[in-house]
Amino acid sequence: MPKKTPFYEKHVQNNGKIVEFAGFLMPIQFEGIIPEHNTVRSTVGVFDVSHMGEVEIRGSDRMKFVNYITTNDASKLELNQVQYSTMLYPDAGIVDDLLVYNLKDRILLVVNASNSDKDFAWIMENKKYDVEITNRSEEIGQLAVQGPKAEPVTQKLFDLDLSTIKFYHSVETDMKGIPVILSRTGYTGEDGFEIYLESKHAADAWEMVFSAGRDFNIKPIGLGARDTLRFEMRYCLYGNDIDKTTNPLEAGLGWIVKFDKEEFIGMDPLLEIKKRGLRRKLIGFEALTKGIPRHLQEIFAGDEKVGFVTSGTFAPSLTKGIGMGYVNSVHAAIGNKLKVMGKEPIDVEIIKGPFYKHGSRK
Amino acid sequence: MANVIDSVKYTKEHEWIKIDGDTAVEGLTDYAQSELSDIVMVELPAVGKKVKAGESVGTIEAVKAVSDLYAGLSGEIVEVNEKVVGEPALINKDAYGEGWLYKIKIDDVKEAENLLSPEQYKELIEKH
Repeated sequence: MPKKTPFYEKHVQNNGKIVEFAGFLMPIQFEGIIPEHNTVRSTVGVFDVSHMGEVEIRGSDRMKFVNYITTNDASKLELNQVQYSTMLYPDAGIVDDLLVYNLKDRILLVVNASNSDKDFAWIMENKKYDVEITNRSEEIGQLAVQGPKAEPVTQKLFDLDLSTIKFYHSVETDMKGIPVILSRTGYTGEDGFEIYLESKHAADAWEMVFSAGRDFNIKPIGLGARDTLRFEMRYCLYGNDIDKTTNPLEAGLGWIVKFDKEEFIGMDPLLEIKKRGLRRKLIGFEALTKGIPRHLQEIFAGDEKVGFVTSGTFAPSLTKGIGMGYVNSVHAAIGNKLKVMGKEPIDVEIIKGPFYKHGSRK
Repeated sequence: MANVIDSVKYTKEHEWIKIDGDTAVEGLTDYAQSELSDIVMVELPAVGKKVKAGESVGTIEAVKAVSDLYAGLSGEIVEVNEKVVGEPALINKDAYGEGWLYKIKIDDVKEAENLLSPEQYKELIEKH
């Protein structure tokens, strides 16, 4: 039986088109992927991201432990700072990508919905030092308020001055009486906040956010636009662009791997891979001709197959097809032109950085 | 619920066909446009092309999905809706009207007997 998030009734009331995703009944769209996408780029929208998993680590060695199971350097985190990271298998394949919240008395790991159970089992299996580990995924609901107007909307619900919360920082506070973790984070490239709360407060929180956003014409946003928004920022999606068969270096996630740490699971094989040189790289490309690249289509350089598409979509902000994929390193240079084998071959060019470069992200 | 209108016939591949003498207008059904959602690219056959019923004659690309377009009847393409190529969202907005796709000069009107009635099409999409 698929699970329901604490906001499920709200999605039904708002005529969301419900699909099963990662074991949850989730809205794929409300008014349509493109209008919802444009709402987040231009004003403000709200996502139910309660399907994400939350694993809480307590105990005196929590920092040491988190630094052992993740690749980024969590010990560099200030109080309430948030960090993007990965967890690796001993062979350097990716278990998951995640957010690490360094809270006052605990560390919160926020993981992908589809990996939540697997990740919790993995963390338990590797448990060491003085730590207590709890899977809080069932009890925690989460809303993401995203868009250039996210701050004025969210500010109405908090006494503290939100302009003091920097990007990738959080605060434990209350939202008109509801205890929450509020962080300036998101998956859209726009400014925005993620609000974690106990599921029992979900209905109240939803009403509060929507009434705060009424003047800005705030709207609910489905998973479809969540994907196009993240894609335009070239953020990786676990299961498509990264998985247990990919390592963070070839995925372009070297910036969240810190080899100067004492130890992390997967460190030695990953160092070995680094020394040997990368066989393939995750590239981002834009379509030069008509057509939209799609997941698993082959990529050619001339007559030679050099890779495959991991994610492909129409980019609503750019009004053209865009994609990501792994190609042999020799073909991965910026500006290189390749062909994606759709029904008709699509000419594509490898580009640098995010596809969409005008986000309001702070 | 998807709109199934009574004045046209249907195919299993979710096209609608309106026959007028020896010419037929074809388009994508309301059910198909709602399943695909946000249509962003349309590739239509060239005018003058001879097509066979069931043959793939074009592509409909939505943000998240791609679908082949199949000819409902055999004949020659005599006109395509250029407006919809420039503004594919017309299919989402008005599948049976402004979102029409192409006109065929029919080879054999009897072939239309193989098409689905509105009732049969309703049954088909209810199974989904």
